[in-house]
Amino acid sequence: MSNAYTTVIGLEVHVQLATHSKLFCRCSTQFGAEPNTQTCPVCIGMPGTLPVMNRQAYQLALRTAVALNCDIPEFTKWDRKQYYYPDLPKGYQISQYDLPMSDDGFLEIADAKDRFEPKRVRIIRAHLEEDAGKSIHDEAAGKADSEIDLNRTGTPLLEIVSQPDMRSAAEARAYLEEMKLLLTYIGVSDCNMQEGSLRCDANVNLHLDHEGESIATPIVEIKNLNSFRAVERAIEYEAARQYKEWQENSEPPKARQKYLARPKQTRGWDDAAGVTRAQREKEESSDYRYFPDPDLAPVITKGDEVQAVREALPELPAALRERLGEDYGLGTYDADVLVNQGRALVDYYLAVADGSGDPKAACNWVTQDVLRVLKDQESTIDQFGVSAENLAGLVKAIDDGQLPSSRAREAFEVMLADGSAVDAAITKLGIEQVDESALEDLCRELLAANPKIVADVQDGKQQAVGALIGQAKKKNPNADPALVRQICLKLIGEGV
Amino acid sequence: MSLTRQDVEKVALLARLQLTDDELATMTDQLAQIVDYVDQLAEVDTDGVEPMAHAVEVANVFAADEVRPSLPREAALANGPRTNGRGYLVPAVLGD
Repeated sequence: MSNAYTTVIGLEVHVQLATHSKLFCRCSTQFGAEPNTQTCPVCIGMPGTLPVMNRQAYQLALRTAVALNCDIPEFTKWDRKQYYYPDLPKGYQISQYDLPMSDDGFLEIADAKDRFEPKRVRIIRAHLEEDAGKSIHDEAAGKADSEIDLNRTGTPLLEIVSQPDMRSAAEARAYLEEMKLLLTYIGVSDCNMQEGSLRCDANVNLHLDHEGESIATPIVEIKNLNSFRAVERAIEYEAARQYKEWQENSEPPKARQKYLARPKQTRGWDDAAGVTRAQREKEESSDYRYFPDPDLAPVITKGDEVQAVREALPELPAALRERLGEDYGLGTYDADVLVNQGRALVDYYLAVADGSGDPKAACNWVTQDVLRVLKDQESTIDQFGVSAENLAGLVKAIDDGQLPSSRAREAFEVMLADGSAVDAAITKLGIEQVDESALEDLCRELLAANPKIVADVQDGKQQAVGALIGQAKKKNPNADPALVRQICLKLIGEGV
Repeated sequence: MSLTRQDVEKVALLARLQLTDDELATMTDQLAQIVDYVDQLAEVDTDGVEPMAHAVEVANVFAADEVRPSLPREAALANGPRTNGRGYLVPAVLGD
């Protein structure tokens, strides 16, 4: 079954750009305001008003397009896309048609768990347009009216359209995650899916072989995908649904031809039911009757400006992963965990690694202990109780033998609680190195007091020695459990 | 190039206009004249001429990203045919 068809997926991502004001007017873009309190004559489409492009919105769009390896044509313009919908007060959306601000880019995806081969997903174009409003329909009220809130109308939106280069739900998810990470690293959007800052539609169809003929099933566009998980589930559902539909329509040839000639369909994902449902047929693109918006001036972007934007880009996630691998010796998985947490955590890690000179141990502390505490406290790295300098000190103290690794976690907890450096924590815990002869004396004493355990070990039950470790820790908290075990076994072997 | 009745029906549908048969006939005739008139431009030789994307020779007109006050909600909703004081009310929009 898995080889019966290939799932072909293209994604359309809409990302709200993090400006203070809207794309063509100066109303606030703040999320969560009372309905219809952030509108003005421009964004609600009053006659005689004129839109003026938000410079910051264009700059953020440009930064994103460059980060996505797109070409930036020197000349770009905006067009009117006409359709009637209650959340679109002007009766047209200002978008870009034949001369988008960027095209022909790519985003590379890989999977730390190796479920698919790393690949380059090509990007057809990224263009800057305005968002529509929201219609709120109270299901409980049955046939009641829908309420329209136009606060969102005119919020700058970058539409990023991929080539149909993905072949599984896992690849689609990886693309979205990498996209979100990139957008967050370059600071162009908060990418909050719950608040609709990042939205996604998926185009899905199947390629299969029928009696030696290559078949492509009609493309379905899936909407209403409100989480990455929903994207994955919807693609998996849709692939299976299309395969079943194909099987039902593949014979006789007449039925097949009719099925394959169907136009592109729009289906909505119902997350609760776990199914896609047919929606209104998509109007042909010519029906949008695009024409250049006469109210807006075109934008000309020279090559040197693009170059300046490129040079000003921060280090991107892919480059950062590579640096963590090459310069810090981290494996793909660890590098991925760190980078996915965001730049602030990576900077913390880099400071610990550089400060301690032990990048592997630094990685273990950060990805295990630090992340665990952050998760428990539901906080972020900038609020974390142990400074990078102090954690580096802790790693170093372990490496120098000043702090036994068996007590390192205790020291970490003290440092976390009071923000102290490792030296203070060591003093507070009364940690001192126990030299081996003192430890041997302690072990002899314990063995003499526990003849039963000695006998058990001599009978081959090595695990019996475990009981002595607890006793040793009680007598001297600085006793290294591994060493106690080793010495006891040695002494018993020598006949005490 | 001349316009057919079907063309006008389609445009009327897209514009959400309901035309009577008489209106449709009148519109087809009048729109056809307009289109034919504009079509005279096709006689001009435009080989080697850059397509014009905008009527005015200006580019890069930007405004700073600074929030200014919006309309009071009452004023924004004032022209809505039906409102509940919070939002515009329209016939139920389901799905999509």
